Amino acid sequence: MSDMLFMYPEYEVVRDSDRCIGCRVCERQCANEVHYHDEETGKMLADSTKCVNCHRCVCLCPTHALKIKKSEDTYKLNANWDGQTINEVYRQAGSGGVLLSSMGNPKPYPVYWDKLLVNASQVTNPSIDPLREPMETAVFLGKKTAKVERDENGKLKDTMSPQLKLSMPVMFSAMSYGSISYNAHESLARAAEELGIFYNTGEGGLHKDFYRYGKNTIVQVASGRFGVFKDYLEAAAAIEIKMGQGAKPGIGGHLPGAKITDAVSNTRMIPKGVDVISPAPHHDIYSIEDLRQLIYSLKEATAYKKPVIVKIAAVHNVAAIASGIARSGADVIAIDGYRGGTGAAPTRIRDNVGIPIELALAAVDQRLREEGIRDNVSVVVAGSVRSSADLLKAIALGADACYIGTAALLALGCHLCRSCHTGKCNWGIATQVPELVKRLNPEVGYKRLVNLMHAWNHELQEMMGGMGINSIEALRGNRLMLRGLGMTEKELEILGVRHAGE
Amino acid sequence: MKRIYVNEEWCLGCRLCEYECAYANSGISDMVKALKGKTIHPRIRVEDGDGVHFAVNCRHCTEAICVKSCIAGALSRDGNGTVVIDREKCVGCFTCVTVCPFGAIMPAADGKAAQKCALCTDNVKNGVPNCVTYCPNRAIVFEER
Repeated sequence: MSDMLFMYPEYEVVRDSDRCIGCRVCERQCANEVHYHDEETGKMLADSTKCVNCHRCVCLCPTHALKIKKSEDTYKLNANWDGQTINEVYRQAGSGGVLLSSMGNPKPYPVYWDKLLVNASQVTNPSIDPLREPMETAVFLGKKTAKVERDENGKLKDTMSPQLKLSMPVMFSAMSYGSISYNAHESLARAAEELGIFYNTGEGGLHKDFYRYGKNTIVQVASGRFGVFKDYLEAAAAIEIKMGQGAKPGIGGHLPGAKITDAVSNTRMIPKGVDVISPAPHHDIYSIEDLRQLIYSLKEATAYKKPVIVKIAAVHNVAAIASGIARSGADVIAIDGYRGGTGAAPTRIRDNVGIPIELALAAVDQRLREEGIRDNVSVVVAGSVRSSADLLKAIALGADACYIGTAALLALGCHLCRSCHTGKCNWGIATQVPELVKRLNPEVGYKRLVNLMHAWNHELQEMMGGMGINSIEALRGNRLMLRGLGMTEKELEILGVRHAGE
Repeated sequence: MKRIYVNEEWCLGCRLCEYECAYANSGISDMVKALKGKTIHPRIRVEDGDGVHFAVNCRHCTEAICVKSCIAGALSRDGNGTVVIDREKCVGCFTCVTVCPFGAIMPAADGKAAQKCALCTDNVKNGVPNCVTYCPNRAIVFEER
């Protein structure tokens, strides 16, 4: 018995038949086979039950004859048992399985970025025009605890730990080859190179074609150790140990065999066509001391020339965990909030586990300052940085830089249909099907990423100028530049900001 | 000269180019009015093979065999090197259709003359090829090579 027997489709494909010219582009472009041509009547028809609302057909329809509407069909209204909750019960009663979801947590939890307001100069302090005066957005990530030491000739010795130089305080988040396509990876790599920033391989290894982008690549070492070997570590600018991910703290990953093509299999160094599991924990890390061993193993393997990043999910004791990491030898801590994206995660975990990145960031920055170890590490935050305004607020709360994943995918064409786990991405991003992968031309994709980052950088400079600040250094942790709106005393206390009007 | 080139690696076979071509050459300003309920006769055609798609239109050959073969002097090369057809001179013998190695010349909708791509110089698009403008994956490009 089909699950659909119980459920009305969530979205309906609405076609304006007065405008439809029967070109059948929608039919050719839908990997879910929603649209079809009825030979008898000569009309185009649609099966809304298969629609994931990715908007591929809507965007490509040359006469704008298509739109997708939220279904008006409703169960008897119930504030406790809403339609989606009921449907999820039906789906599980039909399948007996764990519900899977993709991309970030869509639940209506508070977004603290939207409750924070930014300061500007008036009368008593001058604002700065970034078009006329220098405005520095470059940042360096890494340990800042260099000692002044001189050699026998009195010359200064270079005791600085390795640093990553970013032209602007943004990097592309870890997204593995396997979860996203070759063309999506190429777009990210080329954009990172042109922008002077970094992209992250995720735990999927580094495709041999992308070694040439090594100086803009952060390679990940995750619990499955996929694709990790000497050349991989040496190719990169930095190495990231992935302990956790905001979308699914506490669990590992599962790449279905269907996504493991020849190229993915070679890159990850795993058998073709077999499901692969990244374990929930690293089986050799059960303490900060164990983590330290892995950090130093990786540093040893790369002659102490590359910064090591430790990425964790924002969870309840994030400040204490970050304090441990800051003492473990890591150069950078990356913290991923509960709104962070994923190619696939159990729905319940994505929607219920972890804490908001804004609170985690404020707590971590505060704790590291109090303990006098803030300079031991740079702090990079992730988990739904949606605009240059979010980015600016993150830096003012204490971040050195942000990782963006979802925003980058949107630039590549993603319409946030949250169906990555089906592997049939109509935009050629979260798929390995050759016919779909080719829909993302990296020549187009990388330019759109570069455009997006240029736009954000301009906006960042404008806002900083308005505040009378001319470098990221001067903005970082400058919480006086923020005011809260509509928050409780406790929330303001954790964020370390005053209420608007104070 | 600037020509239309198709990169098969990026051609999705969506056929938007065919419809955008038919629209550009319809002389009607509304796309729905121009194309609804009609069989289109585009000057660019997508050819499909095993997982391969390729949009084909006039290559504007340097040694254009169609120009040489035209018995009525209807096909010629304009100042820019674009191979163009004069409908008034065309007698509809379709020799050009048979000799074109790319299949890029075809009978026009009325069947009385041949038609071919003139890089949108012969319609309202004023030399900005409409198939290039609307290709969703930049598989069709208009450039000097």
